[in-house]
Amino acid sequence: MEALIRLDGVEKVFDVRKRTGLLRRERRQVRAVDGISFEVPRGEMVGYIGPNGAGKSTTIKMLTGILTPSGGRVRVAGIDPARERTRLAHRIGVVFGQRTTLWWDLPLKDSYALMRRMYRIPQARYAANLERCVELLELEKLLDVPVRQLSLGQRMRGDIAAALLHDPEVLYLDEPTIGLDVVSKAKVRAFLRDMNAESGTTVLLTTHDLQDIEQLCERVMVIDHGRLVYDGPLSGLHSAGGSERTLVVDLERGLPPLDVPGARVVKVEGPRQWLAFPAESSAAPLVAAVAAKYPLLDLSVREPDIEDVIARMYAGGGG
Amino acid sequence: MAGGDAVRLYAAVAAGGFRRYATYGTATAAGVFTNTVFGFIVAYTYIALWDERPHLGGYDQAQALTFVWISQSLLAAGALIGGGFQEEMQERIRTGDIAVDLYRPADLQLWWLAADLGRAAFQLLARGVPPTIAGALWFDLALPADPLRWVLFLVSVWLGLVVGFALRYLVGLCAFWLLDGSGVNMMSLLVSMFCSGVLLPLNVFPGAFGEVVRMLPWSSMLQVPIDVLLGEGSGAGGAGAALAFQAAWAVLLLAAGRVLQAAATRKVVVQGG
Ligand SMILES: Nc1ncnc2c1ncn2[C@@H]1O[C@H](COP(=O)(O)OP(=O)(O)O)[C@@H](O)[C@H]1O
Ligand SMILES: [Mg+2]
Repeated sequence: MEALIRLDGVEKVFDVRKRTGLLRRERRQVRAVDGISFEVPRGEMVGYIGPNGAGKSTTIKMLTGILTPSGGRVRVAGIDPARERTRLAHRIGVVFGQRTTLWWDLPLKDSYALMRRMYRIPQARYAANLERCVELLELEKLLDVPVRQLSLGQRMRGDIAAALLHDPEVLYLDEPTIGLDVVSKAKVRAFLRDMNAESGTTVLLTTHDLQDIEQLCERVMVIDHGRLVYDGPLSGLHSAGGSERTLVVDLERGLPPLDVPGARVVKVEGPRQWLAFPAESSAAPLVAAVAAKYPLLDLSVREPDIEDVIARMYAGGGG
Repeated sequence: MAGGDAVRLYAAVAAGGFRRYATYGTATAAGVFTNTVFGFIVAYTYIALWDERPHLGGYDQAQALTFVWISQSLLAAGALIGGGFQEEMQERIRTGDIAVDLYRPADLQLWWLAADLGRAAFQLLARGVPPTIAGALWFDLALPADPLRWVLFLVSVWLGLVVGFALRYLVGLCAFWLLDGSGVNMMSLLVSMFCSGVLLPLNVFPGAFGEVVRMLPWSSMLQVPIDVLLGEGSGAGGAGAALAFQAAWAVLLLAAGRVLQAAATRKVVVQGG
């Protein structure tokens, strides 16, 4: 399949000048993106995750053309973003979670009318797209409200609609759920899932909320210190991160740490013990082994905490 | 972008700028009140001054009072004592929100110009007309009866607004290089207040100093439009020269803005702001 987004060894180095004294200035280089390569085929929804300062926003900015790479090659829909920013703008949609493209003091619908002019959207298509976004993002009652009066979640939905009115082939979302409450997050996610399924819009989504990824993306890329440390299916993160599941057992009485093959005790609290075992192996033989040797009352299995998995991956992958 | 589409886009931006200020009714009313009160205070000061020195700067008393009231009417529209887009733009540069403006398929300078002219149009109507009427009812003003003079005046006001915008755009763009723009803003405001004629009509300044001040772009913002209205500078030929003077400054300063904008964009795009 044709790759809509393509990065080859992309780097971005920032020159940071800091005042260290009255006249002294210190120059320092920050390698925000340090040799990243990946491809995103048309229609895919990819998660781009990493801790704060990993280089996610810098990557997105290079993909929109508002930052030129210091090295490597970027292509989006065959266009070099930095060289043809305006031409590309008609084909991409961008939402920066912490910023807004909406006109602060004016009703939401005024911003949309402006989008129509700016992207030269034919009236019929504009009307149809707006209607669909308004319905799916539940914007009906907000259209006449000045943007400054919207809640963060409402504003975010408004911004997402604004980015989609001109039918972009690809949508970049930089932290679209940051600061949102649970209900707003759910609405945004449901919308993105439907949109990707229905119109096949390619989506690149940065976040540090793993639930976004779990609910939306089959493929995930993990970035840390400007480098890709993982690129693959979400399920593969577990083995890549060496993650473990936990068997919690309740015994008849307090015992010294249990001794069963293929697991190790990580915690003891009275008659309750926690046993860690590799995420990809089955719990059944382990349960059988415990039940055969010890007075077992009850048990439960905990799935690995993906945050821990990623944290471990960062620790391993980061330079 | 095709011409018609571009015109429609920036017209929509200007309309937005207009509506945006129209939403602040109370602030507008307070502004009208302030302009009117100040108009009276300055008017009585000028009366005292012109009683002492009749024909100061070549104005008779009615002309001086007209200057006062038209000044009050143009203060808000021309953002002559602050206001306008400049600080908002600097804030967007400081926070990095300017990135949002940059990836849009629209020109930054034209966008801000359209928005600012929309704002100015609202303030010219809402904050300009009432003080002028108040002044005209209370004092003997030298307002012309000839409609052509009023048309020339409005063209001159419009050119003055463009010059004012272009100057403030240059100041606003400094935020790309300066961490704190408040020093430049303060300087620019003081220069603009003095050199536009807000403090005193520029024609009262004698000698070479007066000549220089009257040739600077700031005079386009207040002194020139009022002189066009008063018919100073001998008839339509004088008005034509005045408008040409303003247009020349507008073109020059807008061009300078484009050069600086290109440098700023390059800085953001290459260095990340
Ligand atoms: N314009 C800039 N100038 C200097 N350093 C920057 C600039 N933008 C980002 N950085 C640095 O680059 C690194 C990556 O930033 P960013 O891409 O914003 O990370 P993320 O979005 O993953 O949180 C950080 O160390 C950040 O401080
Ligand atoms: Mg970021």
